[in-house]
Amino acid sequence: MQTQHKNRMAWLIGMALAGCLVSSMAAANGTSASDSSMPTVSNKLLLTGGVTQVEGSAGGGLTPWAVIGGYGTGDEIGANAFITHVSLPDYHLDEVGAMVGLYNRVEVSFAQQRFNTEQVGAALGLGQGFTFQQNIVGVKVRLFGDVVLDQDSWLPQVSIGAQHKQNDQAAVLRFIGAKSDQGTDYYVNATKLFLSQSLLVNATLRFTKANQIGILGFGGDRNNSYKPEFEGSVAYLLNRNLAIGAEYRQKPNNLGIAKEDDWYDAFVAWAPTKHVSLTLAYADLGNIVIKDRQRGLYASVQVGF
Amino acid sequence: MFKYSMHAAVIATAMMFAQSAIAQDAAPMPQQSAAMAASALRDPALKPVFDEFGGKPGLVALMNDFMDNLMADTRTRPYFADSDREHIKVELVDQFCVILDGPCTYSGKDMEKVHRSLGINRAAFNALVEDLQKAMDKNDIPFRAQNKLLAKLAPMHKVVITK
Ligand code: HEM
Repeated sequence: MQTQHKNRMAWLIGMALAGCLVSSMAAANGTSASDSSMPTVSNKLLLTGGVTQVEGSAGGGLTPWAVIGGYGTGDEIGANAFITHVSLPDYHLDEVGAMVGLYNRVEVSFAQQRFNTEQVGAALGLGQGFTFQQNIVGVKVRLFGDVVLDQDSWLPQVSIGAQHKQNDQAAVLRFIGAKSDQGTDYYVNATKLFLSQSLLVNATLRFTKANQIGILGFGGDRNNSYKPEFEGSVAYLLNRNLAIGAEYRQKPNNLGIAKEDDWYDAFVAWAPTKHVSLTLAYADLGNIVIKDRQRGLYASVQVGF
Repeated sequence: MFKYSMHAAVIATAMMFAQSAIAQDAAPMPQQSAAMAASALRDPALKPVFDEFGGKPGLVALMNDFMDNLMADTRTRPYFADSDREHIKVELVDQFCVILDGPCTYSGKDMEKVHRSLGINRAAFNALVEDLQKAMDKNDIPFRAQNKLLAKLAPMHKVVITK
């Protein structure tokens, strides 16, 4: 009952965000039609806002970056929506979400993940195509630094953030040994653009109890306390519209019955305009429950302004 | 509202001109030359980048396209519409030439003074960078070379952005 209530809350927040997005897009269109001389939105430089990572925050594919999502600058609001699909040998993940970036200071995001267990679900007696659904509400605050403009110092842009996650399969999670169906990750991250090298580097320290980012619940028989996990990305800018990169994400290993591996990916992100970006990655997610070597394609489309 | 701020900018610019005229009558200040130097810091490591920009003729061609872009861009046009654009182009060529270790001297105004009263915000600054990137693309300047120059210009945001 309580879970359902929380799920509904998450949905409400999601709908509200989506509503924000649509209405501010309409507002942006209205502005450009009537008075295109006033800068309102969309004034950050291309690709410097990152794309949407797997939990809905602005970042690379797997890890959040210290950037505030959307292309708004200090006087502006930016927003975007995304769809992500991850196709693995034995599972697939479908995801939708939206985020709003406020004045290049605060980012609020919502994402819904649907993790489909395909045949594995049948093998485990859960039913073919058994699906874990997880809602994630994220908040990120930029503390200091400017990823693009601070080119004469070593100071990165630094942000802190939280991702609150609610999984809808409490009974199954309890059965596999997870201690909770909800949890909150806390992170601090630093992002630095070495412009003269065309290189962007990010490091994130995340405090989490999540098993497989929360798809398998939070905490477990082996460990039920917050663990610091390191996440890193590098991206090389090929031109204004195109970046390639690689990412690493360390993960806890809390469940006795389902070994968990660190994640890796190599990605290409393409932003033909500020309103659209496409990210393709080859991701190695290691072992998931009873299936090893889960490597596959990660594809994400983001639209916004 | 925009027109209003434009008026303010014009008046402020006019006042600045008057001020600098007065300043020129007075004895030259040593701090001023330090600020001037910061407006065009020579970096010998960027000599190869100067060649990638096509030397001074390349910079002249670049600045023509750059200024065309600035005037075509509704976000930047208002700042430049009433200014001496030919003069700005000449100063920009010298400034970039010096930064890239070319055989030039920059004799323009220092960055803080010239932009102080223009009311430039981050959005306008980014718009100008975009217009420069487009001009550099058009002039076939390699992306890595572009970024080496931009890395030198970016820190100037501290004195250029005042809003
Ligand atoms: C790093 C960025 C910038 C650099 C390197 C730069 C460089 C220059 C230079 C060399 C001059 C000529 C100085 C002289 O007349 O002696 C100039 C003038 C000017 N700049 Fe910038 N500028 C930058 C950013 C901006 C931005 C963002 C704007 C507005 C959107 C702007 C608007 C102007 C205007 C209107 C003038 C003419 C002012 C006058 O004639 O009094 N600049 N700039």
